Amino acid sequence: MEEYGVIIIGAGPAGLSAAAKLAERKINALVLDRKQEIGCPKRCAEGLGLGWFRRLGLKPSKEWAVMPIYGAALYSPLGKSVVLKAKKVAGYVLERKMFEKALAIDAVKKGAKIRLKSNVKSARRENGNVVIDVNELGEIKQYSAPLIIACDGIDSRIARMLGLDTTNKLPDVDSGFQYELTGIDGYDEKLLHLYFGNEISPRGYCWIFPKRRGTANVGIGIAGYAEKTAKYYLDKFIASHPNLSKGSIIEVNSGGIPVGGFLEKMHSDNLLIAGDAAHQVDPIHGGGIGISMEAGALAAEVASEAVAKNDFSEKFLGKYTQKWYALRGNQLKKRLKGRHLLEKLSDADFEYLADSITADDVLKIASGDLDKKAKFILFAKKLVKRPGLVKIMMKYL
Amino acid sequence: MGVKVNREKCCYCGACVAVCPKNCIGLDEVRIEIDNSKCIDCLACIRMCPVGALGKIEKK
Repeated sequence: MEEYGVIIIGAGPAGLSAAAKLAERKINALVLDRKQEIGCPKRCAEGLGLGWFRRLGLKPSKEWAVMPIYGAALYSPLGKSVVLKAKKVAGYVLERKMFEKALAIDAVKKGAKIRLKSNVKSARRENGNVVIDVNELGEIKQYSAPLIIACDGIDSRIARMLGLDTTNKLPDVDSGFQYELTGIDGYDEKLLHLYFGNEISPRGYCWIFPKRRGTANVGIGIAGYAEKTAKYYLDKFIASHPNLSKGSIIEVNSGGIPVGGFLEKMHSDNLLIAGDAAHQVDPIHGGGIGISMEAGALAAEVASEAVAKNDFSEKFLGKYTQKWYALRGNQLKKRLKGRHLLEKLSDADFEYLADSITADDVLKIASGDLDKKAKFILFAKKLVKRPGLVKIMMKYL
Repeated sequence: MGVKVNREKCCYCGACVAVCPKNCIGLDEVRIEIDNSKCIDCLACIRMCPVGALGKIEKK
């Protein structure tokens, strides 16, 4: 049996960022991932805003920050658009398989170890440690550590093995599907493009995230409970855009997105949970790269305190859940309301909004600077013919 | 009782694993494994699947 200071399950953004931080603090950290390749297959549209680069201390590298993005265009069901474009770069679309390899190399340089094709089959607590049985390329191995950090994605099972239920409720998950298409054109490659409407994408949106000249992630996220599949809606969307349907598929991506709120408890004895496994995703746009990396680093911080104090109790590790909500969770919780707004709007509402709301209005609302009264004045003025819609907007924004 | 997977359609994304209330489904890298002995026929996994790779096992 091999013993480690901390074992991290999952070599994604959350796990690799936790590993790097632990290794910096000279803690013997091991990352296990069941896949045979890091960062692949992606379940992601690969956008990361500039704010996250700053917060995480990341410098965009040409190797993985492949497309600078200056803003977004939002489209109504009938194709009217509201364009939000900045003069400066607002974020990047990444090549995640390169990005995560860079994170892995960084973590290993700092002293962490990574093993791939290592599937955790069972986990149990034994004399203050967690012992896991791992199938590593066909060979059963045992590892033990006093602390496990579960960063094993939306389908996390390691936390469930240790008695903490991380299951998602169907209404809280979006069903996602995406093609990386090449040989396409007809859209501004400096912008992310988001298409709304219940016919196009029930409770979600279709997107085009440009990656290279003529190449983009074209995808969709819809309510998990929708009658038809995400693939059905995306194929329909692409078929109705000749500039997209003429392209060729160079990747097929599929995945669930835990948009419906965060785990209340992200810890238990000998266990911390970060990333998609803890449902740490922005409830409005479903992005989670930055949030996961921040949470992974925070988990590592609490883990290193636990190692120093030799205290891996639920009580002590509760610090992580508390700190995460204070740092990010409480702020994101407010955005949950925005997601519910999408469920309330009819296609006619979307059209009316696209006709009446300007890019400036959207930026004002999104900035969070408007108080209730200012918002009401804005909506009442702009949506004068639809008092019902004003009510909905006031309730959810 | 239970669900079955069409392996040709399945993109092994694990979305079904995430919503199974009985922990019946596991993802072994590129293979969905289903333990139908615990399945309660809630069909959450079938609804959730982005590509429609899961289906109900019909009674014979």
